[in-house]
Amino acid sequence: MAALAWGVRALAGGILLAAALLPGLVGQGAAGATTVILATTTSLQDSGLLDVLVPLFEKRSGHTVKSIAVGTGQALALASRGEADVVLAHAPALEKKYEAEGLLLRRRLVMANDFVLVGPEGDPAGIRGLASAIEAMKRIAAARARFVSRGDRSGTHALEIALWKEAGVEPRGPWYIESGQGMAQTLGIARERGAYTLADRATHVALRQRVAPPVLVEGDRRLLNLYSVLEVSPGAGPRVNAAGGRAFADFMLAPEAQAVIRAFGADRHGHPLFMPAAGKPEAEARP
Amino acid sequence: MSLFFQGALEALRLLATGDPEVWQITLLSLQISGSATLLSLVIGIPLGTLLALARFPGRALAVSLVNTGMGLPPVVVGLVVTILLWRGGALGFLEMLYTPPAMVLAQMVIAAPIVTGLTLAAVQQVPAQFRLQMLALGASRPQMVGALLREARLPMLAAVMAGFGGVISEVGASLMVGGNIRGSTRVLTTATVLETSKGSFDVAIALSVILLLLTFLVNWALTWVQQRTRG
Repeated sequence: MAALAWGVRALAGGILLAAALLPGLVGQGAAGATTVILATTTSLQDSGLLDVLVPLFEKRSGHTVKSIAVGTGQALALASRGEADVVLAHAPALEKKYEAEGLLLRRRLVMANDFVLVGPEGDPAGIRGLASAIEAMKRIAAARARFVSRGDRSGTHALEIALWKEAGVEPRGPWYIESGQGMAQTLGIARERGAYTLADRATHVALRQRVAPPVLVEGDRRLLNLYSVLEVSPGAGPRVNAAGGRAFADFMLAPEAQAVIRAFGADRHGHPLFMPAAGKPEAEARP
Repeated sequence: MSLFFQGALEALRLLATGDPEVWQITLLSLQISGSATLLSLVIGIPLGTLLALARFPGRALAVSLVNTGMGLPPVVVGLVVTILLWRGGALGFLEMLYTPPAMVLAQMVIAAPIVTGLTLAAVQQVPAQFRLQMLALGASRPQMVGALLREARLPMLAAVMAGFGGVISEVGASLMVGGNIRGSTRVLTTATVLETSKGSFDVAIALSVILLLLTFLVNWALTWVQQRTRG
């Protein structure tokens, strides 16, 4: 009898404890009508910009934001299925495709910086100081010098593919390494393996003291890095919080957020990581 | 080597100064993985006992499935739970994705087969004569099962430890289902991944040290209960 009681007590205790622990969690996670899901690229989270902007938006608007930091390709794919309400991305061609399909709406430029080609100090392919990123890619391929690709359909990966295409190179072979990881890990791999890679400026600056190889090529117009905000169409899927998504997009373009973007990173890195670009046509956005 | 040392020092500093974010992340990890483990006990103990005692066609297959489930890859669980919880998914109406309960659900799916499998093994290792003896002494069937579980309680505490150890250290499913949202679904493992990708290796190591410490404390407490109740 005592044995049975022991078993029952143990189970009942388990259920009671679970019941005691769960409500705290449920209350915390309860998704009201004012929860906005933001799908975003990793560079905005890794640089710390979102940690500043998201709380500010929550304070100003009363909405709660769940920001999901993934590669741009995944962020856009999630958003186009209606699994997010608003998206911050940096792959203009892909963004325009989704916009044309009507799944994402009102693509608006938020800010810009640039991409850089980085590589080993010794520079075996001899690209240092080249003005053309295409020429640099050609030389890397010709020298069969190691190159680490993100290989993850991120915005950076999309640009890399476009650069190879323009250079007329089909990157393949033992010199071409696909990391399948985020920008920071990829920079780390490039440094450890003495390889070249393409990086966004914000992540490179944030990591340059620790793991990033030096910048060898910069300033080419093709290396422009444009971040845009897109709202998710209510037609993209069930339960899309279109009003919340719209509010976040508007907030990103408002003077307050743009001022935060202009100042962000100046204290820690000596110069800002992003240039605000609200309302500017793409051709005029310059880092 | 100095990096590890720095990290360990950083861990001590974060804990000692009562860094609110680190404490919040640590408590949340404990809360989520603790709830998931408890729920997996509620499922796993009856199921494991049933599988150990009952004889029915297809039992061998069911046991094999449970044993396979003990090695269920967390990323697979994460992916399946994510797709189920999508707004457009079968459970989308719950609006649960990227919340702590979603993480509890995923971790429960990971821990339940571990608890079931180890309970099954624990109950089966009690000699069959024990059961017959109990029944011969006039115990009812529920009484017999109760006595059996009591007999098997030491290996079953090991099942609790294995279940908890499996989910507190898990990162793939938590990242996918929780989204690693600051202040809401960021736990020790996902925070470690993030700090690594930010290049803040000292903080990443500090979080790892805290995770190890937490796992040790929980297991130490469970071991204490286990050894105290022996005999």
